[in-house]
Amino acid sequence: MQKKIYFDHAATTPVDRRVLEKMLPYFTENFGNPNSQHAFGRETVAAVDAARDEIASLIGAKPSEIYFTSGGTEADNWALRGAAQALAHKGKHLIVSAVEHPAMIATAKDLAKKGFEVTFAEVDEYGKADLAKLERAIRPDTTFIGVMTANNEVGTIQPVAEISAMARARGIVFFTDAVQAVGALKTDVKLPAVDMLSFSGHKFYGPKGIGVLYVRAGLRIDRLVTGGHQERGMRGGTTNVPAVVGIAEALRIATEELDRNAAYVASLRDRFISRVLREIPYVKLNGHPKDRLPANANFSFRYIEGESLLYSLDLAGVAVSSGSACSSGSLEPSHVLLAMGVPEGLAHGSIRFSFGKDNTPEEVDYAVDRLKEIVVKLRALSPLFPKELKNEVYPKED
Amino acid sequence: MYTQKVMDAFQNPKNVGEIENYDGMGMIGSEACGDIMQVFIKVKDGVIEDAKFKTFGCAAAIATSSTATEMIKGMTVDEALEVTNKKVIEVLGGLPPQKIHCSVLAEQAIRAAIEDYKNRASK
Repeated sequence: MQKKIYFDHAATTPVDRRVLEKMLPYFTENFGNPNSQHAFGRETVAAVDAARDEIASLIGAKPSEIYFTSGGTEADNWALRGAAQALAHKGKHLIVSAVEHPAMIATAKDLAKKGFEVTFAEVDEYGKADLAKLERAIRPDTTFIGVMTANNEVGTIQPVAEISAMARARGIVFFTDAVQAVGALKTDVKLPAVDMLSFSGHKFYGPKGIGVLYVRAGLRIDRLVTGGHQERGMRGGTTNVPAVVGIAEALRIATEELDRNAAYVASLRDRFISRVLREIPYVKLNGHPKDRLPANANFSFRYIEGESLLYSLDLAGVAVSSGSACSSGSLEPSHVLLAMGVPEGLAHGSIRFSFGKDNTPEEVDYAVDRLKEIVVKLRALSPLFPKELKNEVYPKED
Repeated sequence: MYTQKVMDAFQNPKNVGEIENYDGMGMIGSEACGDIMQVFIKVKDGVIEDAKFKTFGCAAAIATSSTATEMIKGMTVDEALEVTNKKVIEVLGGLPPQKIHCSVLAEQAIRAAIEDYKNRASK
C-alpha cells in the first residue's frame, strides 16, 4: 500500500478527536445564535463565554481581552491595521520584522500606500531579529512594533521578551504573531508582557476558520468589522460557535500536553535533522540550530529546486512544504530565506518538514530513505551539479 | 494542479543526461530564477538524431524538458525550430498558468542548441 506520511503540521493539523466531540453538538442540537434572546441563544452564549474564559485563563489574560477572529491572518491584519489607525494621531511609523508572515508583510505594505511609513526590521543569518538594528529603527513617531514569536518557515524563535521590553520602555505598542508558537511553546501574555498576540486554532489540532487576537485591556485599536455588536462591537458577524468551542478545547489539551508533545516532536525533528546532515551532502539547515520550534526542520538541498523535490516526496507518500504553503503558488523564493541572506539558488531549493504528535520514528526513517534516493535522482538531472563531485549519499549509522 | 501526463513525464523523464560529442548545446535560465535547462543535440544530415537534457527546476520544467526533447528527435533542425512551448503544453495536456514560463524555457533551450549547431556547421 502507498504510504501517506504527513510532515506539514506547520501548514495545518488534523482536529483532535476530543476537540471534534466537544464541537459536534454545536452544529446540530445547540445551534442557536448567541445574539438571540431565547433559550437556544442563551445556551450558546454560555458556551462562548466558557470558551473565552478558558482561553483567557490558559494564556494569562482576562476574558474581555480575548477577541475571536476567522484565524491568524485576520488577527494579524486587525492588530496591525487597528493599532496603526487608532494611533495615527501619535505617529505614523510602523516596524515589523522582515520575516513576518505575509499576513503582516502584505498588510504593512498596504498601510505604506496609505500614508504610513514602514521599516522592515532586519534579521541575522538564522532569521532572528537583530536587536541593535531594531533599536536604531525606532523613531519618535514609531507607534507599533510587530515581531512574531516563532517563524513559520524556518522555525526560529524570536527574542520576544527583549523586543517587548524595548517597545514598552518607549510607549510603543508591541504585537507578536504567535500562530506557530501556541501549542509548541508556553504562551503567557504577561511573560513576556505583550500588548497584542494572535494565534490560530488549526495549528494545534483545533478547527480551521477560528483564531484569537488578544488585546491588552486599556489599549484601544480600531474595530475590524462593522455591522454587528459581536466581540464587544469590535468584530461584527455571527459567532462561529462550534469553532470557538473547538479552539478552547484544543488550547486546553495543547497546554496540558505541551511538555510531553513538544519533547516527543523535538525528538523526531532531531532524528530527522541529524540523519539528513550526516547522510546527504551539500545541504544547509535553515533557521537557528537551537532556538527553533520543536516541530520544524527546514533544509536547502544544493543543485535542486524545491518544488521538484516536494512533488517527488509527494509521489513517495511524504507530504512536505516548499517555502510556506501560502506562497507555494508563487515563483518568488521565500522572503524569509532572502532576508536571512540565503542565496536565491539555495532559497529555491528549500523544503520545510514539520512534525506532529502522531508521527513516528519509523516515518522519519522512511522519509529520509526516500529523500536520499530523490536527491541523487534530481542531482543527476541538474545542470548545476558539478562534474567533479560524486553524486552520492551515505549509509545510515547504527 | 498538474495533469497526469505532466506527473508521468516528471517522474520518469526521458533523454536525461549529456551527449559527449554533441553538435549543438543550449543553456537557458538562471539559478536565481529557479530554473535552468541545458539541451544537447546530435545532428546528422540536418536531422536531430539524439537529444538529451539536464534541468534544474520545478516539476513542470522537468516534464517539458523531457517532452520537448522527445518531440524533436527525428525532426530536421528547421522542423525543431517550430516546436513551440504551446505545442509542448498541448502534448502534456496543459499546465497551470503560473507554470507556462517553464515551458518557454524548453523552447528557448532547444532554439539555443540549434543556433549553436548552425554556428558550428557554418565554420
